[in-house]
Amino acid sequence: MDNLRHINNSFNDDKVIDACSIFGAMNTSGKRFPGTGVIKAIANMHDRGNGLGGGFAVYGLYPDYKELYAFHIMYLSSEGRKETESYLGENFDIVHMEEVPNRKTAKITNPPVIMRYFLDVCKHQPDIALQDDYVLQAIMHINTTRKGSFVFSGGKDMAVFKGVGYPEEIAEFFCLEQYEGYIWTSHGRFPTNTQAWWGGAHPFSVLDWTVVHNGEISSYGINKRYLEGYGYHCTMQTDTEVIAYAVDLLMRKHKLPIEVMAKVLAPPFWNDIERMPDKERKLALALRQVYGSIMLNGPFAILVAHHGELIGLTDRIRLRPLSVGEKDNMVYFSSEESAIRLISPKLDKSWTPMGGEPVIVRLKQESRQLPDTREEAVTSGR
Amino acid sequence: MKTLLTSKFAVIRDPEKCIQCQVCVNQCSFNANYFDAEENEVKSRNENCVDCQRCVVFCPTMAITITNTPLEYRYHRNWTASVIDDINKQAETGGVLLTGMGTDKDYPVYWDHLLLNASQVTNPSIDPLREPMELVTYLGSKPQKLEIDERTLELRTKMPPQVKLNVPVMFSAMSYGAVSLNVQKSLAKAATEIGTMWNTGEGGLHSSLKKYGSNTIVQVASGRFGVHSEYLNSGRMVEIKIGQGAKPGIGGHLPGEKVSSEVSLTRMIPEGSDAISPAPHHDIYSIEDLLQLIHALKEATNYTKPISVKIAAVHNAAAIASGIVRGGADMVVIDGFRGATGAAPKIIRDNVGIPIELALASVDSRLREEGIRNKASIVISGGIRNSGDVIKAIALGADAVYIGTSALIALGCHVCQQCHTGKCAWGICTSDLKLTKRINPDVGSQRLINLLRGWSLEIKDILGGLGVNSIESLRGNRLHLRGVGLSDSELEILGVRPAGR
Ligand code: SF4
Ligand code: SF4
Repeated sequence: MDNLRHINNSFNDDKVIDACSIFGAMNTSGKRFPGTGVIKAIANMHDRGNGLGGGFAVYGLYPDYKELYAFHIMYLSSEGRKETESYLGENFDIVHMEEVPNRKTAKITNPPVIMRYFLDVCKHQPDIALQDDYVLQAIMHINTTRKGSFVFSGGKDMAVFKGVGYPEEIAEFFCLEQYEGYIWTSHGRFPTNTQAWWGGAHPFSVLDWTVVHNGEISSYGINKRYLEGYGYHCTMQTDTEVIAYAVDLLMRKHKLPIEVMAKVLAPPFWNDIERMPDKERKLALALRQVYGSIMLNGPFAILVAHHGELIGLTDRIRLRPLSVGEKDNMVYFSSEESAIRLISPKLDKSWTPMGGEPVIVRLKQESRQLPDTREEAVTSGR
Repeated sequence: MKTLLTSKFAVIRDPEKCIQCQVCVNQCSFNANYFDAEENEVKSRNENCVDCQRCVVFCPTMAITITNTPLEYRYHRNWTASVIDDINKQAETGGVLLTGMGTDKDYPVYWDHLLLNASQVTNPSIDPLREPMELVTYLGSKPQKLEIDERTLELRTKMPPQVKLNVPVMFSAMSYGAVSLNVQKSLAKAATEIGTMWNTGEGGLHSSLKKYGSNTIVQVASGRFGVHSEYLNSGRMVEIKIGQGAKPGIGGHLPGEKVSSEVSLTRMIPEGSDAISPAPHHDIYSIEDLLQLIHALKEATNYTKPISVKIAAVHNAAAIASGIVRGGADMVVIDGFRGATGAAPKIIRDNVGIPIELALASVDSRLREEGIRNKASIVISGGIRNSGDVIKAIALGADAVYIGTSALIALGCHVCQQCHTGKCAWGICTSDLKLTKRINPDVGSQRLINLLRGWSLEIKDILGGLGVNSIESLRGNRLHLRGVGLSDSELEILGVRPAGR
């Protein structure tokens, strides 16, 4: 990664403070479903946002371009766009590009240009194992050095749609009712001290990982410094970005299993660790010793998604709400249970997870594309 | 030669209250109080008084007050009383002026220019009385990442040795000989009870303290007093002492009078002989020599103990610390120029070194820039006064702090700066058995336990106020600090925004 030790703000104070609504839905047999329900549910929590940011992440979105990296890029200037497009042309094969379809609405005024590109890297980075790093580096490069260009997402067969407005307005703007996916997450934002800008809305993504987040990370200062040591540059002025990078570092680079990653972000208390059986204790102890600087401290509820998995997690003492509901093959997460009940009134099961207890939803075995040796688990964490 | 020095303090005895009991006479080890048998009255020799407050505290009728002598030299910005006195002392003795304690000069204390944050509305503060609040800290090298068996979820990485602290405050190195055995007993007992560490200093480990081994850091300094394989293996950690904040660049000298039979046994030197620590380690003339010593100690302790290296905070501390970490140290200790000493040349104590706050900030930043911060813990010392200083140090990037003077004050020290005289009236910095028995290890350790208990309650309150429930979320989190009255370059070095921004 170029310029590894570059620190873009040595005071680490480029974060904003906000609160929010979050909602997520996943079909565990991998069946794609339209966004209408999710839009309705997040709209039901309208009052948890203030119209300064809304967004969605959708997985299983582009079956026609499944193998290509799908970049959604926002441009604030035409010059930036020219520069970025020539950079993309040099470093990728652009298989297809177009403006992300949108409609004029009364509520969304003055939107930026948002383009999507389907990119092939095989010629530029033939080694499959290194392709993700190659793409990530390109995204970091665009975000940190190309003025006015921001990559909203860059994973395969997924994308992030977000902007300034209430989530239901953003959905209308991007015509999201027309898309289908097997995982949807969404977010309504309530920032308290920032001018609204499109890049600041959730979800945040790194490759095909996305995060929506309700809360404030009081450990932001050290989380950011720690991640900078690994070459992650925080550019989006929000602490959620830190979570996205943490997930990328822990899962993709350090190859920690998802339940172990959850134990890093919201670790058990020392007292509980001491009471664990030997093998478990050893692991929990080492995790806190090694990854203490990336533990997320302060109130939060997050939904982290990537292909095949959706995980809900709150801080260790659950200072932000999160409810879970299950109906047949559908699993829902929401800041408020009412939003789940609105679109699925008769749940098979619904509960509120404990603080720091991860709820992990996976594709069922038969519908999994990725080889996976772990036991058949639809929802774990209960 | 007639001395031209005048007395600094006046002992004022209220005749109404004084009952002529002579307690003050017995308590004063500086021979400043005496009983005039002819006049049947307790009197004082002001010129001998060092303002240690021993007699004041112990006078049963509270009849004594010590004040600065009313006789003041005529004001002069340049030729102050202490300058005039020092010149006179040297004119009379022709020697190096010795002193004790940390510097009393008016250098800036950066802790007092740093302010902490607290949560309001957007995130809730946490009530430490109702919610868990974690101060546990592990010292030692941490691997860059962990390897975990994906199927069994078992840890594959072998962790280097770690030392657990329940409170991120340890007792800094004070050697047997410099302080009395009772002081070390108090420290060792308290450290064991609290779950933190005490440090032997360079004088070896007295056999009666071996039982506190798992809470002991054993030191290896340039004199190598009392260093043998059993010693190295009797503690939890080994610390190589390169320098000391109060006297960077120079060694130590324990006068023969202090080398009693017990001290002689522990230090492994003949009774009554001077114990001289050379300025450098004569087997460490460069960083690769240090690397060898670090690895020799790791070998000697079979890789079961973290190895720490302590240096004085000097101008290029950041580069030195980086070399030490690359040399394989598991912990770097930086001792600031306000750190104390049992004895040091005054001119060095007052003029050499840099403030610990700046040294800490630059060391932490440097190790992070180089991507090696995980390889070693950072511990600082030198003038930490209260839990506020502790928490600011942690926010700047320290894993833990050492306290020396604060611990001695808890044992009775009144910072009279006479440690080098061997006459400490509080029985701390002396080997005079009449004086050392003034410290009772049971009482002393209880006072230390109380002090650290108080501090940890305060640290928990501050953490809760910041909205975090674990100390590691504050470590290196300079976002929770703001500076007041600091220049732009000071703020930049500290990595802290000015208050209001
Ligand atoms: S005990 Fe201390 S304060 Fe009292 S007279 Fe002696 S030196 Fe002065
Ligand atoms: S240790 Fe004793 S001599 Fe030294 S400053 Fe404290 S009271 Fe005075």
